Amino acid sequence: MHLLFLLIEIIVKSVVVFGCLMLSVAYLTLMERKFLGHIQVRFGPNRCGPFGLLQPFSDMFKSFFKEDLIPGQADKPLFVIAPMLTISAAIGIFAVIPFGDQFTIPRTSWIVQLRVADVDIGLLYIFGLASLGEYGIILGGGSSGNKYGLTGSLRAVAQMISYEVALGLSVIGVIIIAQSLRLTEIVRLQGGGLWHWNIWAQPVAFLLYLICGVAELNRTPFDMPEAESELACGYNIEYSSMKFAMFFMGEYAHMVTVGALAVTLFLGGWQPPLPALGFIPGVVWFCMKLFVLLFFFIWERGTFPRLRYDQIMKLGWKVLFPLALINLLMTGLVYSFEVVSWVVPAAVGLFFLAGILIYFQLVKKPFKR
Amino acid sequence: MIIPMLKGLMLTFNRFFSRPITIQYPEEKMPAAPRWRGIQYFERDEQGKTKCVACGLCMIVCPSQCITIETAEDEEGRRYPLTYELDASRCIYCGYCEEACPVSAIFMGKMYEWVENERKPLLLDTDKLLENKKVNP
Repeated sequence: MHLLFLLIEIIVKSVVVFGCLMLSVAYLTLMERKFLGHIQVRFGPNRCGPFGLLQPFSDMFKSFFKEDLIPGQADKPLFVIAPMLTISAAIGIFAVIPFGDQFTIPRTSWIVQLRVADVDIGLLYIFGLASLGEYGIILGGGSSGNKYGLTGSLRAVAQMISYEVALGLSVIGVIIIAQSLRLTEIVRLQGGGLWHWNIWAQPVAFLLYLICGVAELNRTPFDMPEAESELACGYNIEYSSMKFAMFFMGEYAHMVTVGALAVTLFLGGWQPPLPALGFIPGVVWFCMKLFVLLFFFIWERGTFPRLRYDQIMKLGWKVLFPLALINLLMTGLVYSFEVVSWVVPAAVGLFFLAGILIYFQLVKKPFKR
Repeated sequence: MIIPMLKGLMLTFNRFFSRPITIQYPEEKMPAAPRWRGIQYFERDEQGKTKCVACGLCMIVCPSQCITIETAEDEEGRRYPLTYELDASRCIYCGYCEEACPVSAIFMGKMYEWVENERKPLLLDTDKLLENKKVNP
């Protein structure tokens, strides 16, 4: 009986999380268009429904009824699998993210943990799946039999592999502090208010995570794989109908998961910023923090122009990678000498180091060939 | 390098909270420019008839030859247009007819939204041109 209840609980949680994720992806597309519009001093879509709120559904129906085209030159199995890989990897990541504390169902003693799966190698799982998501882009571009698609996916390979190094290294600092890969454990250790969040101990890692996360998402300052002005559309040029929509949804679901992971690792997960605010459920705090990060992703997309290809590589390997290494070294040193209270001064020192490094890498020798 | 990026972020943040300058077209409309040349209209004389004396100058000056006039005389010997036909589907809105008119009968209007499914309603005769005065105060 207990097992049956457990199964029901897991199924219900999976369905709810999947539904919420898909709904938030749908409205994230609307939010992005609206916010970009307001950044450019115009309204976003506001014709379909009140304030354009039905726009995601009209987009969805439109892409449903488009012709599903597979080019003759394409490698058909890979061409079909690629969008599925992208979207399933992006959704799968969300399974291990704790989005709230536990609660007891009223009039029973059944405790519901607000996460789908509490994996003890949570972070490894996430990085594994995130890398799997890259295969979708690579295979999609490569199998479509199109030069633009191939160029886009080649760029995607180079960019994502380079930035994944710095991304992984920036997260290791958090693992050192938490001594665990389990995401629930990482969140639990950040409880007790704003000042216990990992962002104060690992500010450089947070910045690195944000930058590399944007690069992993292929969003605007780093949107080499789908540079509209150069590659027409990049890796998804031959895709249409639901396959394109799946790439699109996978991209936005990935955006949500990158934001959710940043919240979990650095911003205290579902923990309230002040202990006194604990009466508000953790899910609300989680969503609020996630919203701030998603707003940041949209905001920087509306601000920064696209980097050139060699600039991206230089930034990745010459600035972010050494910074991540230094951050890792400092965290390891401070932690192995068991002076945890030194973490904050060490972070300050890291800022100086970062300043020096950036000076030598960028200001003295600005981006030149 | 970093400071200009932050400045850019601040700029877009301020823009985000400023009022959009978009004009929501079907609900709000821009007034036409003072010298806007829309579809033509006829001025009326004291009796409410057209001022046109059917001299044919507009017909001659029209570069796309969209005006055809048949002249007639009434019992007082005044010339008037028996048929005055302006093919709006061919009109290029150059405004030469307004310039050429010696009696200030034809004017370029302000109307810029006019769509028809057929060609027939685009043929304007005297009555329709007189009607057009109503949308051009």
